[in-house]
Amino acid sequence: MNDIPADLHYTTKHEWLRRLPNGQVEIGISDYAQNALGDLVFVEVPEIGRRLRAGEACAVVESVKAASDVYSPISGTVVAGNAELASHPELVNLEPYTAGWLMRMEIDAPEPTLLDADAYAKHLAIQVR
Amino acid sequence: MAFIPHTSDDITAMLQVIGVQSIANLFDEIPSELLVGPLALPAALSEMEVGRLMADRAACDGRYLNFIGAGAYEHYIPAAVWAIATRGEFYSAYTPYQAEASQGTLQVIYEYQSMLCALTGMEVSNASLYDGASALAEACLMAVRANRASESRRVLMPRTVNPTYIKVSHAIAGNQGITFESVDFDRTEGRTLLQSLHRYQGEDFTAIVLQQPNFFGNLEEVDELTDWAHQNNILVIAVVNPISLALLSAPNLWGLSGVAKRGADIVCGEGQPLGVPLASGGPYFGFMATRMQYVRQMPGRVVGRTVDTDGRAGFSLTLQAREQHIRRSKATSNICTNQGLNVTAATIYMSLMGAQGIERVAVASMRNTDNLVAALTSIKGVRPAFAGHKFHEAVLLLDRPVAPVLAKLAGRGILGGLDLAEHYPELGNALLACATEVKTNNDIETYANALADVLSQRS
Amino acid sequence: MSELPVHPGLELREALIFSLSRPGRAASTLFPLHADAVQITEQVLAQIPMHLRRRIAPVLPEVSELQTVRHFTRLSQMNFSIDTQVYPLGSCTMKYNPKACNTYAMLPEFMARHPLGPETQGFMSCMFELQEMLKEITGMRGVSLTPMAGAQGEFAGVAMIRAYHRSRGDLSRIEILVPQAAHGTNPATASMCGCSVKEIECDANGDVDLGALQAAVGPNTAGIMLTNPSTLGVFERKIVQVARIVHEAGGLLYYDGANLNAILGKVRPGDMGFDVVHMNLHKTFATPHGGGGPGSGAVGVGARLLPFLPIPLVGCEGSRYRWMSERDLPHSIGRLSGFMGNAGVNLRAYIYMRMLGRDGMVRVAEFATLNANYMMKRLTAAGFEAAYPNRRASHEFIISLRRENSLFQITAMDVAKRLLDYGFHAPTTYFPLLVPECLLIEPTETETKQDLDRFCDAMIAIREEMQQAPEKLLTAPHTMPVRRLDDVRAARELDLAWKPVG
Repeated sequence: MNDIPADLHYTTKHEWLRRLPNGQVEIGISDYAQNALGDLVFVEVPEIGRRLRAGEACAVVESVKAASDVYSPISGTVVAGNAELASHPELVNLEPYTAGWLMRMEIDAPEPTLLDADAYAKHLAIQVR
Repeated sequence: MAFIPHTSDDITAMLQVIGVQSIANLFDEIPSELLVGPLALPAALSEMEVGRLMADRAACDGRYLNFIGAGAYEHYIPAAVWAIATRGEFYSAYTPYQAEASQGTLQVIYEYQSMLCALTGMEVSNASLYDGASALAEACLMAVRANRASESRRVLMPRTVNPTYIKVSHAIAGNQGITFESVDFDRTEGRTLLQSLHRYQGEDFTAIVLQQPNFFGNLEEVDELTDWAHQNNILVIAVVNPISLALLSAPNLWGLSGVAKRGADIVCGEGQPLGVPLASGGPYFGFMATRMQYVRQMPGRVVGRTVDTDGRAGFSLTLQAREQHIRRSKATSNICTNQGLNVTAATIYMSLMGAQGIERVAVASMRNTDNLVAALTSIKGVRPAFAGHKFHEAVLLLDRPVAPVLAKLAGRGILGGLDLAEHYPELGNALLACATEVKTNNDIETYANALADVLSQRS
Repeated sequence: MSELPVHPGLELREALIFSLSRPGRAASTLFPLHADAVQITEQVLAQIPMHLRRRIAPVLPEVSELQTVRHFTRLSQMNFSIDTQVYPLGSCTMKYNPKACNTYAMLPEFMARHPLGPETQGFMSCMFELQEMLKEITGMRGVSLTPMAGAQGEFAGVAMIRAYHRSRGDLSRIEILVPQAAHGTNPATASMCGCSVKEIECDANGDVDLGALQAAVGPNTAGIMLTNPSTLGVFERKIVQVARIVHEAGGLLYYDGANLNAILGKVRPGDMGFDVVHMNLHKTFATPHGGGGPGSGAVGVGARLLPFLPIPLVGCEGSRYRWMSERDLPHSIGRLSGFMGNAGVNLRAYIYMRMLGRDGMVRVAEFATLNANYMMKRLTAAGFEAAYPNRRASHEFIISLRRENSLFQITAMDVAKRLLDYGFHAPTTYFPLLVPECLLIEPTETETKQDLDRFCDAMIAIREEMQQAPEKLLTAPHTMPVRRLDDVRAARELDLAWKPVG
């Protein structure tokens, strides 16, 4: 069963987004995505200061059998990358929604519509079928 | 039937199991209008006949006393090298995808990677690329991925780099929008001067290519050139001759004492001098090594050491997620098959020779080339083209066009070198010649006498 | 105390060569410069400015000749190979590599021939005749032997397609179509040529979906890359329609020769409507795979692409063979290798083709197909599921283990590893990606019925084990030098080179 926390927003490409109290957002990949990739062996996060458009490839998650791009759910500027992942990529497998976050961003354009937890669960149900 | 072991009983039994009358029925899904009649091909030869044919063709090619280098060098190859490399277990195996049944090939590649790292001083090496020329093209593509400070996709390409490597880089990397800025060389010393780079100061370049020794056989001032590049956020791609690395500074140390405190970033080159015969230009192998920080931008296969479920050490292909069969259109390169058997030969060669043996080969080649240059330049009408330091190859200037002279020498069974008229017309009647360790004083004298004789005739 | 690793009997384990090394040991009979070596070295080194000299010698092994011979011979024994095992690796055409091809390609005159030397006619005539034979086999107008592997042949092919469109000022054609089941090199090649990739679906019978194709082509279409028979092990029956659709849309057709063995002498890519083809000489024409190369990926083209062939080619004027270069083909896509590609591999292919001759070519396709269909029948009769049971197999076929996977939790990987214990190299697993838990099996024409039967019997025995003793599969292999390897650790804790201690 896939873990889909109710307080997060999702994309159809399996990224999640969390609003932080300071107005920034935190971004990672969903439990479903980490499970589909298998044991991660390498994670590359974007450098601080990089400006991203919504839908732009910005990070890479790599397992022994797959390497996948992560796309930014929103437009904005990267303010932090999860440095822990360089030596511990398995954090994304173990705690995809907490310690396995990929990056934090400052939003500079109005947010596009993202999926809520229910909508993402439905999206997964269709995809898995 | 050539290489087909089926008896008529086998065929009958197999057709029966399949449930068809004849082998022709097995092709009944192919639209009949597409089937062709007999092709216009020669009839089959027996092994004995083909052996005779090839012996005749080989005799027709003959043997020459060779003084051409220019990227393919005639070194002595110990008998053990190909006796082992052509063992069926190496020769007829596939790429080691089933690691447990391919530990031999995998361990050879791991040992090769280790030796290549030792020679170049770099941290990681791949399992090989096709040849030196295409390795440089791949290095340029890799530099674009690795140098995130640069957006220009422009590469500085000195004219002292092997001109064919430059052409191949254009053909392969050009399709991805990479452009090359040609940098001229100093006519007196035959090398790239630091001053010639100053005009590019502050411009955005992705990489610079530095060949050591350069195509003329001369030594580049790699330290100051490397340091300049790094001060300008330009990656350094070193193209090196592996034999020369016994004597010349390892690329990881180039420029290290300079302001930027950083050696070459990507090292590549032609592996042929390490135990691979001249053989009309291939198969050879290209090598590539780099810093650990760029390992995921490096193309080609890589073998890693790991453990099995019992905790025993073993080897497997790793970092495969970069490769075409997983990453598809986003792969670092489309390369899959590389030059495994030649790598096997090179690994055996490096083991047999060791650092000491390779150093002796380098020293003997340098000494013979010195002797060759001395013998040839003592002939009236021959002088050295450049004043700089060199490794085991040199450019000589003749008093008349080179091609007819070479043709006359070839008529006497001597390959006198490479005519540079096509690639460097501005040098005049320039000849690139090389004498590796396999040449004797007698060979050099034979060449010198023949050249003196040819030049004594009126051109 | 013994420091050296012990090798009891025939147990296959071998320490790294670096651990055999001892300072001062050397195979010195192999070195040049016996007399005065020290003195000459000093003199020569003095000519190199100090700052350009190597300061610390590289750490390479210091071993005897016997140690080296024994080490690498023992390593060779830790490999499966065609010479020692049946090797039914789908899409790789692991047929016998005749010894004569190696022996005669390594004649001393061929070995010593410098690539920049004179155009000696022995070698040149072999290359010219090879070009001509490949033209005839593929139904093409010109052939270049310079690509050094299948992937480089693909690159040359797509680069020529791009050059063709560019030469007509048709700059918008940068989209390459590939069927879903295509080999990963196809999309990777398209990217290397600066093209984008569009995937086309296949229908339930493994043919390209013509509706999807029609919808996908347009003014941006540069071409389509196809393998026929496809990677699904079946002949693409609608190939003539596919060619018409793509040509009418202004695109060209690229033939990936990975599966040429299936139709050698039977059907020609040129007659199917292809404009450009690459051949894997290391598959169809029996040159060795060498543990991962060298291969050779010759390309053939129809009339429209002739001006763009990669150089050099071998031309023939009167009775003289000569290199054709930039001057002869000013619109060529250029050079892909330092000299003329993998000449020695081409020579081996030439020798093989001369031994096959006209009739032998057709028999390759016939018996490769016979062997594959026979095995498919035997395995499906024993309960295995063929991916396309209503189709003829080409020279290869796909077994899907999805049923076994849901019944016994056994994967294709488990079966592959268990086959090693039975003394067979595994078929290709997990390719094509379309078919779940798949084994792609290609026996080739050079295997006997008796060996095919042994392989089928092993598969049937493994099927029994799935039910009776599944742990034998889950923990396989049991008889190899190592058990299953930890790929995750290999990639997380990269150990890519031995380093001296300290």
